[in-house]
Amino acid sequence: MTTLLALQKVLLAYDMPDGLHEVVRDFSLDLARGDIGCLLGASGCGKSTVLRAIAGFEPVRSGSISLDGVVISSPSRIVAPELRRVGMMFQDYALFPHLTVAQNVAFGLRRQDRATQQKRVAEMLELVALAEAGGSYPHELSGGQQQRVALARALAPAPDLLLLDEPFSNLDVDTREHLAFEVRDILRATEHTAILVTHNQAEAFAIADRIGIMSAGQIRQWDSPYNLHNHPQDDFVRDFIRREALTTQRAAAYERRP
Amino acid sequence: MLPVAALLALMVLAPLVMLVWFALQADTAHWAHLASHVLPQALANTVLLLLGVGTLAALLGTGSAWLVTAYDFPGRRMLSWALLLPLAVPTYIVAYAYLDLLHPIGPVQTALRAVLGYDNPRQFRLPDLRSLQGAIFVLGFVLYPYVYLSTRVMFMSQAASLLEAARTLGATRGETFFRVVLPMARPAIAVGLSLALLETLNDIGASEFLGVQTLTVAVYTTWITRSDLGGAAQIALAMLIIVVGLILLERHGRKRQRFSGTQRMRPMQATHLHGGQAAAAFTLGALPVIIGFCAPAAYLVAETFKRLHLAGGVSAQLLAGLRNTLVVATAATVLTLLCGLAIAWAARTLRSGSGFDPARACARIAGLGYAVPGTVLAIGLLTPLLMIDRAWGFVTGHGGLFLMGSMTALVIAYAIRFLAISSGGIEAGLTRIPPSLEQASRLLGETAAGTLRRVHLPLLRPALAASALLVFVDAMKELPVTLLLRPMNFDTLATWLYADAARGSYEEGAVAALAIVAAGLLPVILLARTNLKMGR
Repeated sequence: MTTLLALQKVLLAYDMPDGLHEVVRDFSLDLARGDIGCLLGASGCGKSTVLRAIAGFEPVRSGSISLDGVVISSPSRIVAPELRRVGMMFQDYALFPHLTVAQNVAFGLRRQDRATQQKRVAEMLELVALAEAGGSYPHELSGGQQQRVALARALAPAPDLLLLDEPFSNLDVDTREHLAFEVRDILRATEHTAILVTHNQAEAFAIADRIGIMSAGQIRQWDSPYNLHNHPQDDFVRDFIRREALTTQRAAAYERRP
Repeated sequence: MLPVAALLALMVLAPLVMLVWFALQADTAHWAHLASHVLPQALANTVLLLLGVGTLAALLGTGSAWLVTAYDFPGRRMLSWALLLPLAVPTYIVAYAYLDLLHPIGPVQTALRAVLGYDNPRQFRLPDLRSLQGAIFVLGFVLYPYVYLSTRVMFMSQAASLLEAARTLGATRGETFFRVVLPMARPAIAVGLSLALLETLNDIGASEFLGVQTLTVAVYTTWITRSDLGGAAQIALAMLIIVVGLILLERHGRKRQRFSGTQRMRPMQATHLHGGQAAAAFTLGALPVIIGFCAPAAYLVAETFKRLHLAGGVSAQLLAGLRNTLVVATAATVLTLLCGLAIAWAARTLRSGSGFDPARACARIAGLGYAVPGTVLAIGLLTPLLMIDRAWGFVTGHGGLFLMGSMTALVIAYAIRFLAISSGGIEAGLTRIPPSLEQASRLLGETAAGTLRRVHLPLLRPALAASALLVFVDAMKELPVTLLLRPMNFDTLATWLYADAARGSYEEGAVAALAIVAAGLLPVILLARTNLKMGR
């Protein structure tokens, strides 16, 4: 399989009055076309910043990001977000409140003629099982439905790469599990390449082909779920996975309590 | 966008710099004359006026806000928005109305004499309104709503638990007010008070009608009557120093406000009043509304009626004044909104992580225009406008005054003065739009400009409409700048009224005043709806 996305020794940082504040250091990963990758780590570890850099909202201080062999971000070159063919699903969904569901989905299809647009919108809404909701406004939908609209909107222009920022964090536990599988199935069916950011291990292991364990701005191991589980690279990764598994088990046991 | 913001900041700064330069350039002989004859009296009058109006507005504003927050009585809900009504009456109009209302042979004094059994003004008369005390009285009663609004919003967000805690610690209701409520409301009072005092400083009509020689009046007479521009600039400089003090007061208040009243907490429970107590509370709360709004408005309505009945219509000049007012106000609204949008947009898109942000600094500077009194702004603008006129004449080969002789100068001056209203309103609207919407649009292939057009502008429509309304009405009411920068033989409703009152003819002034007050009611309704949530 060919590599679609490649990050090489990326440094992301903010300017602060007292100098450069490094958020992500020496960050490298490859993602093959058609795969779903996942960045997993505690909040504040820099995973969302990586996603924003891939989308083109954060400048790269050193290293490079390339998509399909073309450099889209480096210290000397930054392709504008709208030219990257990268889609993104936001944590708060970012649905335009003044547009209907159908208008939201059609937002990125402006360069196509009206008939093509309508066909594509219908197709996308069908895909996320919201064919009837085209005329509604975002605030009239439930959280899970809004999330599916956001997915349809991001997929509509057929981006090369889809970014999902904590896509399920605003949902209740039941909807979250259900939707995680649904999103995975949709992405597989449409053969999309995607990167997901989450702090929920169960979610990551349920969806991803490749998982990166992150801490303090660095990627500790970028590997398949199987390898992470059975061949952790160091103590941190092993502890991270075990601790998380333990909490999940404890919580499950607590809930089963009579 | 940064160059645009910088240009706008320059547009606001230029007149101020020019003013200082002007004042320093001017003949020192003038200065000696001013310092010994004009300034001490004008300065003393202005300071006394500010102190008096400040005290009255603070008492009325805070007191009425506490009354309708802490107590419940029939009519409370109506009062809670009616207390804002005097905002619709410009200072020069309330003075204009009361001069006639409280005239020794006017309706109020005649009625009083009838009640008290006198039949001659020589036997009994109220103190003359044409005095410093009179000016304090009329200005205090129309400017208190600034304090009322800021403190009322503050009181509404104050946590009940704090007051209850004070009560459980043994404080009586009165002690709680002075030991907990008032100290917490102090920043809000400071903000409201600084706005009311800036308005007092800006006022030219009321002080002049009531014969109080304030700094503003001194600037006007020195410039217009004595044609001494240098001297006027020197007096204006003294006003700017007071303005700086008031801005510092406002900033101080706003900074402190940020630390309180931000969390959503259970609001305090109002105490129910019955019978005599309720009637007393209502009367007390209604008093500022009656004096600041109902009486002058009723007077204007009656006079307008009389006039229309007598003359069978309005004069062509008044209609021309109305047309001028609408044209200038509309042009100013469009320009102010465009500038405000540019500034708000620049301040938002150019946010960098570091401490100093040039776009934000420009926005700050551009927003200072609201604090500069109209007369001061007009003097400062004179030179830059003439310079542009000369440059224009040089380039095109046509002589004459392109800006100064037309409404353009007026529109530019309005835009500078009201820029803060539009940029502030639009910035507040922008902060309510999550940044992820902008990012989503960019990732869906839309450019920055396209995103502004397709996402932000539609979402900003309410904020834009509200800003437009506020700017339009403020431009309609504006007097000092208009008096000084208008073209020859050009009258707006405000200057028409001013001329009428100055002549002492009281002919169609009431009609013009009523039109201004009626327009002024619209933003008051808007304010009440957005800030006080009338439904509660």
